[in-house]
Amino acid sequence: MKFPKNLYYTETHEWVKVEKGYAYIGITDYAQDALGEIVFIELPEESDELSQGEEFAAIESVKAASDVMAPVSGVVVSVNEDLEDSPELLNEDPYENWIVKIELDDESELDSLMSAEEYENMSKE
Amino acid sequence: MFKYLPHTHQDIDEMLKTIGVDSIDDLFAEIPDELKQCEIDIPSSHSELELREHFKKVAGMNEPLIPFMGAGAYDHYTPSIIPYLTERQEFMTAYTPYQPEVSQGTLQYIFEYQSMICQLTGMHVSNASMYDGATATAEAMFMAAGVRKKKRVLISATVNPNVVEVVKTYAHYRGIDIVVVDEKDGATDFDDMKNKLDGDTAGMIVQNPNVYGVIEDFEGYSDTLKEQKALFIMNHDPSTLTHLKTPAEHGVDIAIGEAQSLGVPLSFGGPYIGYMATTKKLMRKMPGRICGVTEDVDGKRAYVLTLQAREQHIRREKANSNICSNQSLMALFVTIYMATMGKKGVYEAQQISYNHAHYLHDMLLKLPQFEKAFDKPFFKEFTLKTTLDVEKMNRALREKGYLGPLSQARFDENKEGLVTFAVTEKRTKAQMDELIRTLGEL
Amino acid sequence: MSVYYGQLIFEKSQEGRKGYTLPKSPIKHYELNDKYKRADCPQLPEVSEFDVVRHYTNVSFKNHGIEKGFYPLGSCTMKYNPKINLEVSSHENFTTLHPYQPVETVQGVLKIYHETQKMLSEISGLSKYSLNPFAGAHGEHVGLMIIKAYHESRGDHKRKKIIVPDSAHGTNPASASVSGFEVVEVKSNESDGTVNIPDLKEVLDDEVAGIMLTNPNTIGMFEKDILEISRLVHEAGGLLYYDGANLNPLLGIARPGDMGFDITHINLHKTFSTPHGGGGPGSGPVGVTKELEPFLPAPVVRKAGDLYLIDGKGKRSIGQISHFLGNIGVVIKAYAYLLTNGKERMKEIAKMSTLNANYVKDALKSVYKLPVDKVCKHEFVFDGLKDESIDVRTLDIAKRLLDFDIHPPTVYFPLLFKETMMVEPTENESKQTLDAFIDAMLKVAKEAKEDPEILKNAPYSTPVRRLDEAQAARKPRVKYKDLLEE
Repeated sequence: MKFPKNLYYTETHEWVKVEKGYAYIGITDYAQDALGEIVFIELPEESDELSQGEEFAAIESVKAASDVMAPVSGVVVSVNEDLEDSPELLNEDPYENWIVKIELDDESELDSLMSAEEYENMSKE
Repeated sequence: MFKYLPHTHQDIDEMLKTIGVDSIDDLFAEIPDELKQCEIDIPSSHSELELREHFKKVAGMNEPLIPFMGAGAYDHYTPSIIPYLTERQEFMTAYTPYQPEVSQGTLQYIFEYQSMICQLTGMHVSNASMYDGATATAEAMFMAAGVRKKKRVLISATVNPNVVEVVKTYAHYRGIDIVVVDEKDGATDFDDMKNKLDGDTAGMIVQNPNVYGVIEDFEGYSDTLKEQKALFIMNHDPSTLTHLKTPAEHGVDIAIGEAQSLGVPLSFGGPYIGYMATTKKLMRKMPGRICGVTEDVDGKRAYVLTLQAREQHIRREKANSNICSNQSLMALFVTIYMATMGKKGVYEAQQISYNHAHYLHDMLLKLPQFEKAFDKPFFKEFTLKTTLDVEKMNRALREKGYLGPLSQARFDENKEGLVTFAVTEKRTKAQMDELIRTLGEL
Repeated sequence: MSVYYGQLIFEKSQEGRKGYTLPKSPIKHYELNDKYKRADCPQLPEVSEFDVVRHYTNVSFKNHGIEKGFYPLGSCTMKYNPKINLEVSSHENFTTLHPYQPVETVQGVLKIYHETQKMLSEISGLSKYSLNPFAGAHGEHVGLMIIKAYHESRGDHKRKKIIVPDSAHGTNPASASVSGFEVVEVKSNESDGTVNIPDLKEVLDDEVAGIMLTNPNTIGMFEKDILEISRLVHEAGGLLYYDGANLNPLLGIARPGDMGFDITHINLHKTFSTPHGGGGPGSGPVGVTKELEPFLPAPVVRKAGDLYLIDGKGKRSIGQISHFLGNIGVVIKAYAYLLTNGKERMKEIAKMSTLNANYVKDALKSVYKLPVDKVCKHEFVFDGLKDESIDVRTLDIAKRLLDFDIHPPTVYFPLLFKETMMVEPTENESKQTLDAFIDAMLKVAKEAKEDPEILKNAPYSTPVRRLDEAQAARKPRVKYKDLLEE
C-alpha cells in the first residue's frame, strides 16, 4: 500500500496535491483496494463549486459504491475525463489519476487534513 | 411424518445426538415461555383430495365474464406453450440469479426480455421488470426526482387514476409534490402543462393510449420539458408499440408501463409485470436489476446481473429504490409471448384488436344511445358518451356473460355517462354483434 | 456441450417463420393515421412454435432449481414448492377473471383473499392484513408509510428516524429512506448479533418513528430481549416493524404480535412455499395491530354477512400501492399450502427447519468458523474456514460447491463478518440430503487445505465458469442490438 509523502489525506480516503494555487483531488490506494475493480465514476462538471466535506463524485465497483468527498473547498477548473472511459485507471494508479482539479478557496483548510504518516497510521488501525 | 416433512424418528434421534440436546424443544429454550403459549386457530390439514374438492367449490364461486373492459388489464390470447415452459422447475423454483454460473437460464431470458422491451420502446436499456405498471410509474417518479434533485413532478389527468393514486402515495411519504395537469377534450392540456412547469419540476408523466383509450399527440412536449430540465416520463401500453410511435421517438427519458397486455392472463389483477426502460445517459440511475453480457474465464459468452452498485443491497439507505424481488417469471412469460407470436404475430394481434375496436365503435355510434365523447384517435380502447343508465347496461350485459365497459364515473363522479370499451383479437364478431344488439334493445 | 448452447432467440430467427395461429377475422381493416405510426417495425424474433419450445427448454437447463438439488440460501427459505398449489391456482375460474368484475362474480377469489388474511393474522398475532404488497421490500415500504401516517395522524411530525440494526438486510435502510425517513443504525452484540440494549437506549428519543427488526435475526438468533426492546421502543413513542423474512422457525411457536410488533410483512414466497420464480413474483402481505387497521392500503377486502366486498380508500388509509389487489395468483398458492399443512403442521415446520439448521451447523463447526456458537433457529452463519491460515475465501468455497450440484449458501451477508456464509436448509430436506451437503462441505474444506487452486478456479462443471463481472459493468451491453453493433 502506497502513501506518497507530498500529499494531504482525509479520513474518508481522498488525497489532495497542491500545485500553484490549484488542488488536485483523488482517492487513495487504500480506497481503490477496498472498492475492488472500479467500473464507473460519476464526475462533477467544470465550474461546479465544491465545499469541504461535500460529496462531489461517486465511484462504483462491481460489488460496492462510494461517494467521494471534497477534502477542501473550491471551484472545479478541470475534470479528468479519461476516467469516464477507463475508470480502471483508478485501480492501476490512484495517485497519478486525479479526479478533479480545483481552484482553492481557502488554503487554511489544508491544515485540517492529515499527513501521509498520520493517514498511514489511521489506515492500519 | 407428513408428505413435506421427511424425517423418521431415527433420523431425528441421530440429529439430536449430533447437536447434543435431548429434544427438539431444547432448541427453543431461549424463547420466553410467555411467548410460547400461542394457539393458532386455522383450519385443519387437508389431504390432497380434500384440497381439490375445496378448490372446486371455491373456484365455482367465481363466474368469469367475457370482458369488453380494459382499464389496465387486457384480454389477449395466450399461446399454450407459455405456461408449459414457464412452469418448468428450472425457471419457476430458482432464486434471483446471484450465482451466475448456475443461473444462466434466468439471466439469458432476462437479457432477451430487455432486448425485446428495447425493440418495442426504442429506448436504450430496460431493467429486468417491476411489480406492475402503476408501481413502475411511481418508481419513474422517484428516479426523476433523484436524478434532478427536485421535489416536484407533474402528472397528466389522463393517466389512469389508479396509477395516479399509486404515484401520489409513493410521493407523499417521500415529500415529493405531485401536480396534476388538466385534461382537455380527452387529452393532456399542453398549455396547462406549460403553465405548471417550472425550474423546480423534476419531470412530467403522461400515458399513451390514455385512460380514455385516446392516442395522444405529444408534439412539442420533449422540447418544452428539456427547457426546464424536466424529464419526460411516458407510461405506454407496450403491446400497442407494434404500431404507435415509440417513447424514444417522442423524446422520452423514462418509458414505463404495464406489460400484462403482452399475453399475460387477466388473473384478477396479478401477477402482472411492470416494465421500465430509459436512455443511455440515465442507465445508471434506473432502479431494479439489469442483466448484461460478459465472458467467462474460457471466453464463453455469459450473462450476469450488472450495474449492481445502484441497488439497495449495496447502497442501503442511499439507494433511490428499495426494489429487490421483481416479477421475473412474468418477464419470461412476456418474452416467450413475443418469441412465439414473433414480429408478425404481435403486430397481427394488435391490428385485429384495432380493427375490432373500430368496428364496435362505429356500430355503437349508429345507436341513438351513444355518441362520441371526444374526436380523437384511439387504438383498442375507446370512450363514448351514453344516455343509458350504466349500471343497468352492465347488468344486461352480465346476464349474457359479458363484462361491460368501464364507467369513468368509477374514478370521477363528474364523468357520469362516459363509458370506455376495450376490444381485443379475442372478441369475435358474434360477441360484438350480441353486445350491440343487447345495448340497442335497452 | 449441447449444440444449442448460448444462442439467443434472436439468433435463431428466420425471416417469414411463424410460431402462432390466430382466427381469421371477418372485420375489415382499419388503418391507423400515419402521424401516429412508428418509423420502423420492432425486430422481434421469427421462429416456429417448436423452435420456441426447444430454445427455452435448453435455456432452462442452464439453471439450478430446487427440484434439481439442494438450495440452502440463507434468508431466502428455499422450500419445496408443492405441485398441488400450482394445479389448484391454475383453474380458469381464477386465471380468466378481469380485476374489475363485479364482486358478486368473484366471491371465490375474494374468499381466498379474506381467509388468507385471517390465517396470517392467526399465525402472526396481528389484527388485519393487506395482501396487496407485491414483495417483501414492497411490504416494508408499505409498513413504513403506515408508521409515518400513524404519527402524522396524531400530529406528531418530528418523528423522522427509523432504527435499523447493522445486521439488517440492505433493503431495510433503503425502504426507510424511500419512505422519507432518516436511518439510524444500532450496533449488534458481538456475541450473537442480537440488538445491543444500551446502544438502543442511546438512540431512542422523541424523533424515533420506529424500529425494523428481523426475528430471528439475520444470523439465526432469536432476539431473546424482544419484550424489553418492544417496551423500550413503545415507551419512546415508536412502533415496531417485523421483517418477516425469518418467520419460518416461529410458526406455531411464538407470534410477532405477542412480542409487541405493531406491523409485519410476511414473504409468502419464503415461509408459505410459493415459488421464487427466478426473482419474483413474490407476495409481501402487511399486517397491523387493531389500532393501525385504518391505515392499511386501499383497496381493502372485507366480509359483510355472507358477501365479500372490496372497499376503496378510507379516510386514514395510506392510499393505493398497487394497481389492483397485488399478486393474487401467488396468494392462491399460499392459501393452498396453508390448508394442506393446517394448524397441525405449523409447529412441526418450525421445529424441523430449526433441527435441520442446528444439525448442519454442529456437523460442520469443527472445520468451518462458527462466529456464534449457540443454538440457532432455521439458519446460521459461518465465517469462512476455521483454519484461517488457508488462503481461500468464502467466494471460492461457494463456487466449488457448484461442482457438487449444490447451490451455495448466501455469501457476504450479513455484513457482520468478513467471510459470511449463511446456511438455511429448510424443513423439507431429508437427513440424507443434509449429510450429502455436509460431506461436500468437508470435502471442499479438505481441498482448500491441500490444493487451494482447485477452489480458486472453480467451478468446472457448470454451464459457464467464473465471469468477468467488471467487463459487464464497465461497458454495459444490455440488449441484443448492442451485440450486433460490436
